[in-house]
Amino acid sequence: MSDKPEKTGKTGKTAKAGKGERPGEPEGTAGAAPRLSVFKTYKLYVGGKFPRSESGRVYEVTDSQGTWLANAPLSSRKDARDAVVAARKAFGGWSGATAYNRGQVLYRVAEMLEGRREQFVREVAEAEGLSQAEAAAQVDAAVDRWVWYAGWTDKIAQVVGGANPVAGPYFNLSTPEPTGVVAVLAPQESSFLGLVSVIAPVIATGNTAVVIASERFPLPALSLGEVLATSDVPGGVVNILSGRTAEIAAPLAAHQDVNAIDLAGADEALAKELEIAAADNLKRVLRPQPVDDGGWSATPGTERLTAFLETKTVWHTTGALGASGSSY
Amino acid sequence: MSMEKPASAFEYAPAPESRAVVDIAPSYGLFIDGEFTEAADGRVFKTVAPATEEVLSEVAQAGEADVDRAVRAARRAFASWSALPGSERAKYLFRIARIVQERSRELAVLETLDNGKPIKETRDSDLPLVAAHFFYYAGWADKLEHAGFGRRTTNGHSGASPRPLGVAGQVIPWNFPLLMLAWKIAPALATGNTVVLKPAETTPLSALFFADVCRQAGLPKGVVNIVPGYGDAGAALVAHPDVDKVAFTGSTAVGKEIARTVAGTRKKLTLELGGKGANIVFDDAPLDQAVEGIVNGIFFNQGQVCCAGSRLLVQESVQDELLDALKRRLTTLRLGDPLDKNTDIGAINSAEQLARITALAERGEAEGAERWSPACELPSTGYWFAPTLFTGVTQAHTVAREEIFGPVLSVLTFRTPDEAVAKANNTPYGLSAGIWSEKGSRVLAVANRLRAGVVWSNTFNKFDPTSPFGGYKESGSGREGGRHGLEAYLDV
Amino acid sequence: MPTSAPNAAHPPTAPRAGGSPLGDVTASDSSLRRFLHGLPGVDAVGLEARAAALGTRSIKTTAKAYALDLAISMVDLTTLEGADTPGKVRALGAKAVHPDPTDRTAPTTAAVCVYPDMVAAAKEAVAGSGVLVASVATAFPAGRAALGVKLADVRDAVAAGADEIDMVIDRGAFLAGRYLKVYEEIVAVKEASGAARLKVIFETGELSTYDNIRRASWLGMLAGADFIKTSTGKVGVNATPANTLLMLEAVRDFRAQTGVQVGVKPAGGIRTAKDALKFLVLVNETAGGDWLDNHWFRFGASSLLNDLLMQRQKLATGRYSGPDYVTVD
Repeated sequence: MSDKPEKTGKTGKTAKAGKGERPGEPEGTAGAAPRLSVFKTYKLYVGGKFPRSESGRVYEVTDSQGTWLANAPLSSRKDARDAVVAARKAFGGWSGATAYNRGQVLYRVAEMLEGRREQFVREVAEAEGLSQAEAAAQVDAAVDRWVWYAGWTDKIAQVVGGANPVAGPYFNLSTPEPTGVVAVLAPQESSFLGLVSVIAPVIATGNTAVVIASERFPLPALSLGEVLATSDVPGGVVNILSGRTAEIAAPLAAHQDVNAIDLAGADEALAKELEIAAADNLKRVLRPQPVDDGGWSATPGTERLTAFLETKTVWHTTGALGASGSSY
Repeated sequence: MSMEKPASAFEYAPAPESRAVVDIAPSYGLFIDGEFTEAADGRVFKTVAPATEEVLSEVAQAGEADVDRAVRAARRAFASWSALPGSERAKYLFRIARIVQERSRELAVLETLDNGKPIKETRDSDLPLVAAHFFYYAGWADKLEHAGFGRRTTNGHSGASPRPLGVAGQVIPWNFPLLMLAWKIAPALATGNTVVLKPAETTPLSALFFADVCRQAGLPKGVVNIVPGYGDAGAALVAHPDVDKVAFTGSTAVGKEIARTVAGTRKKLTLELGGKGANIVFDDAPLDQAVEGIVNGIFFNQGQVCCAGSRLLVQESVQDELLDALKRRLTTLRLGDPLDKNTDIGAINSAEQLARITALAERGEAEGAERWSPACELPSTGYWFAPTLFTGVTQAHTVAREEIFGPVLSVLTFRTPDEAVAKANNTPYGLSAGIWSEKGSRVLAVANRLRAGVVWSNTFNKFDPTSPFGGYKESGSGREGGRHGLEAYLDV
Repeated sequence: MPTSAPNAAHPPTAPRAGGSPLGDVTASDSSLRRFLHGLPGVDAVGLEARAAALGTRSIKTTAKAYALDLAISMVDLTTLEGADTPGKVRALGAKAVHPDPTDRTAPTTAAVCVYPDMVAAAKEAVAGSGVLVASVATAFPAGRAALGVKLADVRDAVAAGADEIDMVIDRGAFLAGRYLKVYEEIVAVKEASGAARLKVIFETGELSTYDNIRRASWLGMLAGADFIKTSTGKVGVNATPANTLLMLEAVRDFRAQTGVQVGVKPAGGIRTAKDALKFLVLVNETAGGDWLDNHWFRFGASSLLNDLLMQRQKLATGRYSGPDYVTVD
């Protein structure tokens, strides 16, 4: 990757922006018209499809130097609503899938991502102003994070659930179950590793997600939608919106059919406002957590998995064989 | 006083538990920093026996200043309490468990007097569970590093040895006064937190008695503080800036208020709120036991139970048979003096609660559901409500949607398991559910699909300190009981 | 106060031998099996919990006085030993007629229960008292004999004057699923019993499951049992609150469905007045007051009677009695 930096960058777009000074910018070949590159229209990812925003509006996304990179959809309340509908619709199938199946699907995401590594390195580098090596480290870590969570899908129930030795003739078992539809405010700074670090644990346990991409750096998130769409992740399990975080988050926090909200991408004031709104239907709220010094690079714990799990405890009568002459 | 006398002459003579076994002082103070004190503004309130409306005692009424004083006391106590070796904290809790066992007869009578629930419930259910809860969590105090928390070692979290949070502000309801105290205080102390607890205004006595248990156990002052009072005291406690952890059991409406109050703070929150539990009876159910489970589900503690099975979902093919059996069974329920050992149905806890139950039952009738109660003579003083069934109820009826918190059962029918599950889940609540079927695969499949924190199959209203309890959706968040119950009080 | 003798007002048991009140149910082994296996299942934990909960009823003062006399009047005072002699049976009969030698107001027991060859001696001992004579029969307790032998046993007892016959079912056939065989045997015994009331013993301890006890109860009632009875007293587990509760549910439901009332007799293992009162609470709150009468409920017991009498004395005098103040037999 790092040995071919000249292949990165968006020739056409940067040319259009009138700024050609970025490293890696190919120079026009003397005597021949430079090939005009094909721009990408970034779209939302909702219900397994790639719609434009219902608002019909976009906003400019620039790199760390202020250079225009692309337009991103400016999602509206209605996009948020549609995403919740899609997420709810997908919940039954995804939460009902076997944990093994979910693990394989998450692993498939890692496989697909590995294949598109260069694209994401470029997008992360552009977005966050990182060197190629730094961006590559982020993307590699993100791929590895999918793998990490892929392995958790069929283990978390054994770690956090189990038999309870009640004092009576009852079989009693606690098992974790997904909370439902989770609104996720992706971290604002870490456009990809942070994003993956908050999405993967939510869906690993069988929840479905409505994700608000980093407001300033939405492109890696929107591209992730393309990866998910080709990774056996059923449509609607992850829905990705871009736009103004506060604007999209408000209706999600108040939405009565959203079960939980991850406030990773909210500042203090927004987090408080959303937590208050979330109380209307008692959403599970994961407040913004301190990020490790490595910017999401540390191996996570299980708290992001358990934050969106309910514990269901099932009792069933047993009966002592022969204890009183008769039994079950 | 029994309802509709069975045809026989075998009428049980009164068998009252002696109320002389417990001394009730004419007045009680707040329990702060190991001392009983008056409220800063000198206010007091009366607590009455709901069965007779007799005033039992006068209790100091905590206000904001008192709550502040209690939180400060708890904060002061926190440093040394949390620094104790877990094994020493454990021994205090074991002592409490044993003293509760020793004094359980006194406590049972006191609880029955103040709450109105039958003595057989306080004696056979509340008190044994209280002692068991302390005994269970006592054992955790020196084993927290084995509880599976503290895996995250970054970001200033506890790491391998999970740390307590600090001061826990706990607000509990009146339906299981001492048991809810145990559910709150036992895990809080085991994990090294200190506590300010506000009991409900209609049932402060057992919590104040518990202060004496703490004294006998030699618990360091300030570790447990009890501040009886009204909603304003609870609100002050929840909003206090030096409280690190809020635990509330009560109504969903208040739970939402509390969630808003703690929004944007560092306070960790657990809520155990309302419910509208579905008790689902399939046509292959063990019918006689299902009838008992239905009765237990809705008439235990006069139905004033958050996890009550207040919606009976019965498969149409056994509806008549089941309802006949249920009605026959209800005629044998004995309503009356809660201190009588043969009483099945005691008093409603307060005039206010009685008014709410009455209003909702009237609404059920007005909306066209068919109301039925066994012939039942209610005492002339006190707060009483006859066991009541509503049949012909649909999902659209108020009595099928709103938590009544009283001895009122709404009966709905279904035709298929899918329909049963859909109806059971069709509520903003998600605390409990019951399944009655002799077919294992059906039980497990339905249990899987129910969105409820506790599912009882072929039983109902069973509790155990080892078994996590808590709701989905608007029934609250977090779990009390078991290993899970530790999490709410640890920095993990 | 209960009378010591079965109330003459009780209608004679409807003759049902050979004719099932539920029509075709008993037409074949397979229809009988379908019916019995279609009865609602029993959850053991719930059943035992209900029995235990009823066991916490507190029966005091006047209710206790009533219940103690009722219990005494329901005792089938029993001796079923290889060593039984006419002398022993005479002593038993005397005790049944005058349970408390110091208090002639004590009610008589319902019956004495003996082996067939002791029936004559028993009849003589209780003559004129209203106390009935029940005889076990049908190769009691194992029941492992040819049907002809069993029927001869029954006829012998009836001929000797037995008022009641306590038969055992063929548990082997029942457990092997040969329900029609069990049914037909009961029908045959019922016929051989003539006017004597028939108690059908299931030996619940051998049936092992509550589902089996419920099925056996219905099978027995369909075949014409006047009483269904838990046990012989000769195996490890005999009457328990739970299995008796289950049988009380069965007679309650059978009457609701057919209009025919059947009695219940727990036997074996009930030794204290406290236990007996718990059983009466089970009767009261399950089958109901109609069964609180020795025509419809019995205790198969021997040592129980002395404890009932001692409790009765305590209630009358206010001081605890002792074994020297009741009779050994």
